[in-house]
Amino acid sequence: MGGSGSRLSKELLAEYQVRGTPVPGEFARGPALASGVPGRAAGRVRPPGGPLNPSRFAFQELTFLTKQEILLAHKRFCELLPQEHRSVEESLQIRVSLEQILSLPELKANPFKERICRVFSTSPARDSLSFEDFLDLLSVFSDTATPDIKSHYAFRIFDFDDDGTLNREDLSQLVNCLTGQGEDTRLSASEMKQLIDNILEESDIDRDGTINLSEFQHVISRSPDFASSFKIVL
Amino acid sequence: MAQPLTFVLSVPETPEDHGPEPSPYDESEVHDSFYQLIQEQSQWVAEEGLELQQREPGPPETPGSGHQTLLGPEDPLVHSTATLRILASMPSRTIGRSRGAIISQYYNRTVRLRRRVSRPELRGVGRSARPSLRLYDLELDPVALEEEEKRFLLVKELQGLPVAQRDHVLRGMPLGLAEKRSLREESRTLTRKRRGRRGRRGLLPCCGRLRDACVLVGATCLGGARAARRGPRAQASPLPPLPPQALHSLGLGLLSGLHALMPWRYALKRIGGQFGSSVLSYFLFLKTLLAFNALLLLPLLAFLVGVQAAFPPPASPGAVPAFTGLELLTGAGRFTHTVMYYGYYSNTTLNQPCVPPLDGGQCSREADGLPYNMPLAYLFTVGVAFFITCITLVYSMSHSFGESYRVGSTAGVHAVTVFCSWDHKVTQKRASRVQHDNIRTHLKELLAEWQLRQVPRSLCGRLRQVAVLGLVWLLCLGTALGCTVAVYAFSELMIKSPVSTEQEGALLALPTVVCVLNLGAPYLYRCLAALERHDSPVLEVYVAICRNLILKMVILGILCYHWLGRRVGVLKEQCWENFVGQELYRLMVLDFIFVLLDTLFGELVWRLISEKKLKREKPEFDIAGNVLELIYGQTLTWLGVLFSPLLPAIQIIKLLCLFYIKKTSLMANCQAPRRPWLASHMSTVFVSLLCFPSFLGAAVFLCYAVWQVRPSSTCGPFRTLDTMYEAGKVWVRRLEQAGPSVSWVPWIHRYLVENTFPVYLVSALLLAVIYLNIQVVKGQRRVMYLLKEQISNEGEDKIFLINKLHSVYERKERRAGRTQEAEQLAGDLDTW
Repeated sequence: MGGSGSRLSKELLAEYQVRGTPVPGEFARGPALASGVPGRAAGRVRPPGGPLNPSRFAFQELTFLTKQEILLAHKRFCELLPQEHRSVEESLQIRVSLEQILSLPELKANPFKERICRVFSTSPARDSLSFEDFLDLLSVFSDTATPDIKSHYAFRIFDFDDDGTLNREDLSQLVNCLTGQGEDTRLSASEMKQLIDNILEESDIDRDGTINLSEFQHVISRSPDFASSFKIVL
Repeated sequence: MAQPLTFVLSVPETPEDHGPEPSPYDESEVHDSFYQLIQEQSQWVAEEGLELQQREPGPPETPGSGHQTLLGPEDPLVHSTATLRILASMPSRTIGRSRGAIISQYYNRTVRLRRRVSRPELRGVGRSARPSLRLYDLELDPVALEEEEKRFLLVKELQGLPVAQRDHVLRGMPLGLAEKRSLREESRTLTRKRRGRRGRRGLLPCCGRLRDACVLVGATCLGGARAARRGPRAQASPLPPLPPQALHSLGLGLLSGLHALMPWRYALKRIGGQFGSSVLSYFLFLKTLLAFNALLLLPLLAFLVGVQAAFPPPASPGAVPAFTGLELLTGAGRFTHTVMYYGYYSNTTLNQPCVPPLDGGQCSREADGLPYNMPLAYLFTVGVAFFITCITLVYSMSHSFGESYRVGSTAGVHAVTVFCSWDHKVTQKRASRVQHDNIRTHLKELLAEWQLRQVPRSLCGRLRQVAVLGLVWLLCLGTALGCTVAVYAFSELMIKSPVSTEQEGALLALPTVVCVLNLGAPYLYRCLAALERHDSPVLEVYVAICRNLILKMVILGILCYHWLGRRVGVLKEQCWENFVGQELYRLMVLDFIFVLLDTLFGELVWRLISEKKLKREKPEFDIAGNVLELIYGQTLTWLGVLFSPLLPAIQIIKLLCLFYIKKTSLMANCQAPRRPWLASHMSTVFVSLLCFPSFLGAAVFLCYAVWQVRPSSTCGPFRTLDTMYEAGKVWVRRLEQAGPSVSWVPWIHRYLVENTFPVYLVSALLLAVIYLNIQVVKGQRRVMYLLKEQISNEGEDKIFLINKLHSVYERKERRAGRTQEAEQLAGDLDTW
């Protein structure tokens, strides 16, 4: 991936230089916040929260967001960055740590916030989000995203151990997230067992003791409320 | 399979030995290829000296004998790690996790898209894209080589698609943005190369560049405008010329500012964040109603009100009454002879100098320009506006039905609750805690209910419940009947003692009575509903809606009878249309005032009482009741459109005020409902209620008024005619006289409108279509049933295979252990 990514960025670079418009940031998986301001961008640092380069319009074609939403997202993302890193080039490369993303008011009250960030993070340690990851997140949670893609990501969010299937542990963790993590708010052990048995009874079509993606999507398709509640408005 | 052979698979541990790829030569022989794979597998195993037992075909081992007890949801078997690894690399599980699997799945989809065949061919697909037995030994993520291969195939597929479709497919892929972009660029560069070879060079990037340039130029212009606006305010000295980049920044900043202007975006976000989707559905419904009214108002404004205001009729002989302020409530007095009411509209052809009666036709037709026939315009504009509303309503209803009801969906309430109940829009800590509590209670209730269902209730208890239910229903219907009788008696009283023009306030008596009944009865119903205990909260809501709806519709029905049946006869010399229009205006305004009172006392004062005195929590927001209020108001608007074309405008103002008042009251006084609320089912129900009793009732009322009732002879566009519909007939007759060039209009009129046969034909066709649809759905249900059966069969196969696999591993481990033991023993012997 790395090879094709850098080739790509070179092509983009050439294309935008021909146009005389600013150079977009490199699209390779960027270094983390500490390591990374390339010297190339230093020459043309622009005002913080400022103009956007045309690569944004490619964002628009690949996500479910409108241009205004992307601009708003960029603004909000820049607010998470320290003052000196808010130029466009840098903001496109820099990664924001999990804690900072979790401090967004839109995610603060969400019991699945950590899972959401981990699912959308592309860094190897899954602990930071770049602007593109952030856009991905917003795109999936937007109004216009298809139910298909929403349910896919919901599945990955609920799959706490990342093994590609919802087993009993995943389900009990999910139920705990829903009811609250405190000792007094949890369901009792027998209730939990009963509930998970019922869930598996209802949705595990092939009876292998776990719920895989297509079974999950089958359940989701029965609930029209899912698409309306699986939304985050920035 | 051809032979009844049973294989026991054994699996090598080393991934390096793969041999040539077995190529299944046709998709239809998948099972054969499977068989082939198994055989091949066994050969390697034999070569490697690992275990292979090909049992003799003698007494075949029954495959279904032992596996069911081995693995099931009840007793998950603990597998060895090797088995688990194989399980984890099954395609059905990797698709939820790994990038390679996603890419290969989408490759299959695009192939399908391109070829329009139901299933992709297996021949060209990379190895791991199909359930291959050889994936057992992979790591959790497929090998990079395979991923590259699949990627390449996917890119090639993407090139085959047109650009728009390609972007669509890419957008729907659950991959990271960087990944998507590189896929897009790769497919695009390849396309470009190919295009270059063909000689159609660079059309696509050129377009893209043009569009991006347009965006930038637009942004620059906006930025310039904003800079110009900022100029004098910011500093007195002339601004230094802004660099183009700064202009971009300004322009794009303005664009994002425009986004914030989207109506009520922030307010709706806040409501959703604090109270969740259920309360939000009320406000969204309000927004929908606003759109409906705007849609209704626009043609009326353009073709009736605007035109009539531009060509005002000769002033009425009486003196214009002075504005007193009471008109805002009664709608009478000063407002009577304005564009607001039917009576003001002229029965002539506008923009013609002479004023002949409609059916006289003395005016020369070639006087000037296009004649604007007001009666016709009135009839057609109202008709067309209603028709547009009808179509929009039916469309949105069918859309929402399609979203909320799925064919063949079975009840899976536990799973749906757990998977779909978290509302991600909620942003407040407190709201999120409330949601936790709600979900917990709901889950506990579900479990309790589920356990209750195992033990059926006693006969005595059921009898008592039925008795209570019957009693409450009887009381409710009795209340509705009482209200109706009261309204009827009061309206008769009003007819017997006519109000003089001086006492305008007395006109408000009937609407006030109606509004009081409308406000009071629901509270009574709520008290009665506390007596009965329904099994499900949803049923409770439906019952409450049903009762309130019956009350409102009955009262409106009796009012309609009062207007069209009684008032028309009584108001002989006056303009009854104006009276009906004013009556509806009064009802609407008073309804608004009573809603305000309800908000004030029912929500604010009740909140204060319950918090200060009763030490209870805030009251819940009554979504169903509030929505019914909205539907009632909308019905009034639709009823009055013919008699007062500006009524939708008043409804719009009312809705706008209502939005802010309800929002403020909600934020201050209410809490989210504690009951689980199926927001989208409910919106479907609301839209259907809006369509079925409300819109349909209004349409019937208006049709009756247009076709059957004689318009008053002193005012309005139809004053000389027997019915309003006559205007159309007169026009057709005149077209017949005008000549052969427009003879198709009378023809259409004669054969399609006046003749009853086309109506029957159309309804028969409609019935046929509905019947066919029902049959199609039935067929689909059957297919679904079959597919479900197949899935469960395959699930059993899977369990069987997994168990076999497991036993093989176990045996191997045992053997390995034994050989180790033997070696150890040998070593020991050696040392001996």
